[in-house]
Amino acid sequence: MPEQLIRHGHLEADPWQRVDPAADAASSTLPDGPILLPASFWLAHRDTLRQRVGTIGVSLAPTFRVEDLVPDLRLLPLIAVEFPKFTDGRGYSTARLLRERYNYSGELRAVGDIGRDQLFFLRRAGFDAFLIPESRDANDALLGLADYPGAYQAAVGQRLPHFRRRFG
Amino acid sequence: MYHYDDFDRKMIAARVKVFRNQTERFLAGKLGEDEFRPLRLKNGLYIQRHGPMLRIAIPYGQLSSQQMRTLASITRDFDRGVGHFTTRQNLQLNWVKLPEAPDILERLASVDMHAIQTSGNCIRNITTDPFAGVAADEIADPRPWAEILRQWSTFHPEFEYLPRKFKVAFNGAREDRAVLHAYDLAFQLVTNEAGELGFTVYAGGGLGRTPLLAQKIRDFLPWPHLLTYSEAVVRVYNRYGRRDNVWKARIKILVKALGGAEFARQVEEEWAHLKDGPQTLTAEEVARVSAYFAPPPYERLENEDLSAVKVDNPAFARWLSRNVKPHRVAGYAVVVLTLKQAGCAPGDATTEQMEAAAQFADRFSFGEIRTMHEQNLVLADVPQRELFSLWQEARRAGLANATHGLLTDMIVCPGGDFCSLANAKSIPIAKAIQERFDELDYLFDIGDLALNISGCMNSCGHHHLGNIGILGVDKHGEEWYQITLGGTQGNATRYGEVIGRSFAAAEVPEVVERLIATYLALRHEGETFNETLARLGLEPFRATAYAKDPVNAAAADQELIDA
Ligand code: SF4
Repeated sequence: MPEQLIRHGHLEADPWQRVDPAADAASSTLPDGPILLPASFWLAHRDTLRQRVGTIGVSLAPTFRVEDLVPDLRLLPLIAVEFPKFTDGRGYSTARLLRERYNYSGELRAVGDIGRDQLFFLRRAGFDAFLIPESRDANDALLGLADYPGAYQAAVGQRLPHFRRRFG
Repeated sequence: MYHYDDFDRKMIAARVKVFRNQTERFLAGKLGEDEFRPLRLKNGLYIQRHGPMLRIAIPYGQLSSQQMRTLASITRDFDRGVGHFTTRQNLQLNWVKLPEAPDILERLASVDMHAIQTSGNCIRNITTDPFAGVAADEIADPRPWAEILRQWSTFHPEFEYLPRKFKVAFNGAREDRAVLHAYDLAFQLVTNEAGELGFTVYAGGGLGRTPLLAQKIRDFLPWPHLLTYSEAVVRVYNRYGRRDNVWKARIKILVKALGGAEFARQVEEEWAHLKDGPQTLTAEEVARVSAYFAPPPYERLENEDLSAVKVDNPAFARWLSRNVKPHRVAGYAVVVLTLKQAGCAPGDATTEQMEAAAQFADRFSFGEIRTMHEQNLVLADVPQRELFSLWQEARRAGLANATHGLLTDMIVCPGGDFCSLANAKSIPIAKAIQERFDELDYLFDIGDLALNISGCMNSCGHHHLGNIGILGVDKHGEEWYQITLGGTQGNATRYGEVIGRSFAAAEVPEVVERLIATYLALRHEGETFNETLARLGLEPFRATAYAKDPVNAAAADQELIDA
C-alpha cells in the first residue's frame, strides 16, 4: 500500500507533491500544482517563490528552528514536520510552538516514521494531518487517535488542563 | 495517600488496553522488535538475561497495604515468589512472561497501580524523601507536589520521545533525603522571606558514565508555577538535548555544555511565554491533592520509655538504635524494615515478606508503607508502644536486620545475574561482603557507612554516592571491579573518587576489609569514614588496598597503566 494521508480524522487523497530540489536549483524549474519544499529551500528562494503563494508548503527537518519561519507563516498553507524516526520527539515541540505560540492555522502534517502508537500524542501537539508510511496500516493507525479517554495536560485542542476542568 | 478518581482510573485502564494491543501486534509479527522496544520500555518492560523484566511504578515510594498485597500476589502468580525494590523506589519482577505482561498490568490497575513511564526516554517515576510527612525537619510535604507533577508528566503530549530518560525528585525537608543533586530535574521546597512556599530548582545532575551534580537554575520558584516552569525546562531539553550519541543525551550534558547560567537563561526565556498560562496551578487543585496527604488520625500518646525492655533485650535495643527514627508526633516512631538479609539479594522481598509488611502496615501504621531508595521499606507511623511486638514479628519475617545505615545495608543493583547491560555481577559481591562482615558488634563499631554497588556505568546502584563505591567493569571479557571512595548523599552530596586500578571479584571483600581496617585504625573519636578520608586523603587507603599480597601482586604494575 502506498503512503496514506489521514486528515482531520479520516483518510484523504493527498494533493501535495513532494519536491526536493538541490539547494542551488532555480525556483523556475519547479512543477506546477501544490508542492511541498524543504524549508531551507523556501528560505533561500522566498522572494521568487512568493509569486506562487498558496501552492507551496514547507517541510521541516527535526533540527530546523521553527523561529526562523515565523515571518512567513501566513504564506504557508501546509507545514510538514519530519520524523525520520518516531523516537525523535523534537517535532512535538515544533508543533506546539507553531500552534500555541505562533498561532499557525494552516495544515500541520506529521511525516515519516509514525503510526498508531504516536497519533494520539501528535494530535495533541497540534498536528491535524498524518502521512502514514507504506509499511504501516493507515486504518489501524486511525484507531490510535482514540487510545486515551482524555489527558491531564493542556495542549492543542484542550486549552485547559484537567485540574481546571475537574471542578467545573 | 493519593486516591485515584474516576478519571485517573480511566486513564490507566486505557493504558492496559493500549499495551495489550501493542503486545498482541508484536506477538502477531505486525510490530517489529525495533518498533516495539521503545513502546514496551515506556511501560517498564525490558528484555533481560532470563527474559522479560517488568518495572512497576511506586509513585514517590508510597504504597497502601492493599497495593502491597496485590504486588505480593503478582510475584506469586506471575513470577517466582520474589520482587526487587530499586533505588528509584520502584519494584522489579525478573521472571515475567511477555504474553502475561498485560494481565499483570490489569491486576495492577485494579489497585490503581501501573508501570507507566518506568523506563524509556520520557519523564520517569518521581521520587522523594521516604520520611515525608513525618520527619521533624520538614519544611513542607513534598508528596502533593510529586503527585501533581506525576499527573502532568503522565502521557505528556510533547515529551513522549525525549533524547533520553528524565528523572525528577522532590525534597521537602532541610536534610536532602532524595539525592536531589543526582537528578535531571530536582525541586527543594523552601519558603521565601515573605513566608510563601516555593521551590529551589536544580537541573542537570546524574550518575552514569559522566557523573555530574545538578546545578541550581532558580533560587525561588513560587508554587503556582511548578508545571509551567517544568514544561519550559523539558522543552529546552527536548529541543536542544543531544540525540546523536546516547552517552551524551542526558540533560546533564546539555547543562554542562551551555553552563548552568546559560541553561537557566534559556529556560527563563521559554518560561516567559508559558508563565501564568492555563497550566498555572490553582490553590483549589493543590488543596485537593494535599488533602490526601493529611496526617492520619494519630492517637494522643506519650513518648514511651523503653529503657527497661532495652536492658532485657539487647537485640531489640540495637534494632531501635539503627532502624527506628524519631517521628514528629509524640508517642510515634518511624520504622525501617530492612531488605538486606544475609544470603539474599539486597532489595529483594519474597511474596511472604511483602504480605507480612502489608499486615504490619495494617496493624501498626495506618495501612501504609513506603519504599526507600536505599532499598528498604518504611512504616512511617508506628506507635512506640507497639515497637516491641512489631520487632518480634518483623524478625520472624526476616525484615528486622538491625543494620540500617551500616555497611551491610548496601545499595546494590541486580547486576549481571539479571541485567543484560551489566559488565559484572553485583549480587555475589554483595553476598561475599555480607559474609565477611557478619559480626554485628564489628558493624556497629564501624558505624554509619554507605557501600553501594553497580554492575555497570549506568549506576543503578548509585556507586558514586557510596562512601565506598564498587563498580563492575569489563576487562577483556572478564568481570572486574573499580572502587571509589568518599561519595556521599545528603546536603553535601558528592561523588566518590576512583582509587586506582580495578580488582578481580575474589579480591573485593578483602579490599573492603582493608579499607575499613584503615579507617578504624586512623579515625579520630567520632569521625565517620568520609571525615577520616577528608582529613587524610586517599593515600593511606590506597596504600593498604594495593599492598602487595599473593592475590594481586603480579598484576599490579601492569594494571596501573590501563586503570
Ligand atoms: S547498574 Fe548496570 S548492571 Fe546494574 S542494573 Fe543498572 S544497568 Fe544493570
